[in-house]
Amino acid sequence: MSSLHQTAPVGGPLVNKTTAIAAALVALMTAILLYRFVFGLGSVTNLSDGYPWGIWIVIDVVIGSAFACGGFSVAMLVYIFNRGEYHPLVRPALLASLLGYTLAGAGVIFDLGRWWNVWNMFWPWSVNPNSVMFEVAVCITAYIVVMWIEFSPVFLEKLGLRDLKRKLNRVLFFIIALGILLPMMHQSSLGTLWVVLGEQVHPLWQTPLVPALFLFTAIIMGYAVVLFESCLASSAYRREIEMSLLAPLAKVMLGVVLVYIGLRFADLVWRGVLPLALQFNRESLLFWLEMVCFIAPFGLIGSALQRQNPARLFVAGILLMLGGSLLRFNGFLMGYHTGDGFTYFPSLAEILVTSGMFATEVLVYILVTRRFPVLPRAESQS
Amino acid sequence: MATRREFLKGAVRGTLATTAVLTGASAITPVEARETHARPAEALGLLYDATLCIGCKACMAACKVANDNPPEFNTSEHLWDTPLDTTGHTFNIIKAYRNGTMATKDVAENGFAFMKFSCLHCADPSCVSACPVSAMTKDPVTGVVGYNPDKCIGCRYCVAACPFGIPKYQYDDPFGRIGKCELCRHRHSKGHYSACAEVCPTGATLFGRTADLLAEAKRRLALKPGEVTQYPRGRLKSVAEQQGQADKRWRAEPDQTYEGKVGTYVQRVYGEHEYGGTQVLKLSAVPFERVGMPNLPPHSSAATSETIQHSLYGGLLMPLAVLGALTVIAKRNVKTDDDSPQQGGES
Repeated sequence: MSSLHQTAPVGGPLVNKTTAIAAALVALMTAILLYRFVFGLGSVTNLSDGYPWGIWIVIDVVIGSAFACGGFSVAMLVYIFNRGEYHPLVRPALLASLLGYTLAGAGVIFDLGRWWNVWNMFWPWSVNPNSVMFEVAVCITAYIVVMWIEFSPVFLEKLGLRDLKRKLNRVLFFIIALGILLPMMHQSSLGTLWVVLGEQVHPLWQTPLVPALFLFTAIIMGYAVVLFESCLASSAYRREIEMSLLAPLAKVMLGVVLVYIGLRFADLVWRGVLPLALQFNRESLLFWLEMVCFIAPFGLIGSALQRQNPARLFVAGILLMLGGSLLRFNGFLMGYHTGDGFTYFPSLAEILVTSGMFATEVLVYILVTRRFPVLPRAESQS
Repeated sequence: MATRREFLKGAVRGTLATTAVLTGASAITPVEARETHARPAEALGLLYDATLCIGCKACMAACKVANDNPPEFNTSEHLWDTPLDTTGHTFNIIKAYRNGTMATKDVAENGFAFMKFSCLHCADPSCVSACPVSAMTKDPVTGVVGYNPDKCIGCRYCVAACPFGIPKYQYDDPFGRIGKCELCRHRHSKGHYSACAEVCPTGATLFGRTADLLAEAKRRLALKPGEVTQYPRGRLKSVAEQQGQADKRWRAEPDQTYEGKVGTYVQRVYGEHEYGGTQVLKLSAVPFERVGMPNLPPHSSAATSETIQHSLYGGLLMPLAVLGALTVIAKRNVKTDDDSPQQGGES
């Protein structure tokens, strides 16, 4: 039997400098969104027909949901590869995922030009099963529901609904299985989204293998986010860092990165476009910047001794989050060329909304972890 | 505490089971590549012959009227409709190619030329494949790519997907729609065909069955430059019509054919093979890539995208198989970390 893993609310004040700044950013975002819904997308964004998708889609939804893969990555490790020792990481990772995905779902609505028709996405007489976006939308919606159910024991505990919790526990294994399948499906399909864009996406990113690249990087980003968040939460809440868990987790993560790098280069060689990476231009520079983010962590946390250093784990986590983000950013924006005469740089309003989205996540994460049993119970505290 | 041996056994079994199920599922899933679609037999379209175009933009004005679109201004005095590109309110535009002294028409160096930009009505449209809610559809008979604003959610995946940059969104409007040429399908029931072809004074834009238009394009390519030939205007009559069989769909019109000199064509019908072919075809004297038409392979990206999707999700076989494996493995592993003591090892 594995030992019982205790979680407890962190406690402490809900109003402090961090939550105040986050709340201000959320308020700003709300105001901009209100304006956007009254006056249209063009009134606040720099979107054009050459760049119909800006940072609201690429960062808030595509990258944001990949950052939210911590829950799925850790659950896969714990429940599929039976590594129960990582169980204390499940709840905090799941909370971040739940928030990330719920916000990504909301972010889609902010960007939809005809949002009042969104029900067609689920209307049997409207859906188009050939569309990659249809699969993404249905899977993400289902996953958000599944995650709320997965996370509900936290609230049920707090509310004292033990009967309901026991009933839920009986079917939890199925919910967990669904919670692993669904992100595998839509995280890969988020990459398949750009296959139909064809020649408009630079060959360094346009490949039929893109679903596999997205799936691997989503898992990597999931672990990287857990490293990042654990270090950040420990430092912010002045708790001991769970090094006994994070160091071996980092090793698992590096294994996945190794497979990914192999796959990425094998694909470039197989399609005969590796020479494009050796030219000196914008695309090749962006490509190598992206790849360096995946390769550098081996220098940072390659040895067991290095992995005992929380600062190194933290930086490696950030680098891998950045690498996965660049893959997405490059394919959808920097390596996308629809014809001459179009440029895109996000407007201040777009940047503020994206900041507001991340601020919402930080705010809710703090509020929930301070009041609900999410983080592992601190053993010793100064 | 789980021992290392137990963990390894669990991990290996988990991996093996998942791999086995994945392999099994891919074996029973019909991984048939989705072929690039061809044009429907009775596909309708346009033939734009740049050597006949005089750049009068009558087609642009007629398009605005037929589709009830407002003028767009890009000059200081707001006197005329002056769009710079197709937009959510401009479905058709004639652009000028200019090089050096611009002395001669239809010459690449030191010359000028015109090119029409509007929806090409692809045989295998990326926009139709991309649209999650079937707001963008291809008519099975006429092949016209039509748009339904009552279904459209405004995600603009069609805008991103189209290799010609045709579907455009109306960003200036909180209730903005996608705007694109629908070949004036709303006028067909009244016997009218595409307004741009109806008004074209030189027959540079010709309406008809794509099969007939392709034959006409090839006839022109086979002629000697400078030779005199017959150029039809408005609607190109089918072979059957030319033999006296009336086509009741369209209003009767006087024959507007005229005699003209053959241009120095590039030996290529643009749209014959691109992405499986398009229903709007183009002829030009200046190489197509120089007048803004992309070089596309005969294999459509819609076919690639749908092949990937259906290999992974066809009949939901693969997801269900993986779900089954995950459920079995998770059921075994979840038991051990149930944190309510009264549950015990059972349930």
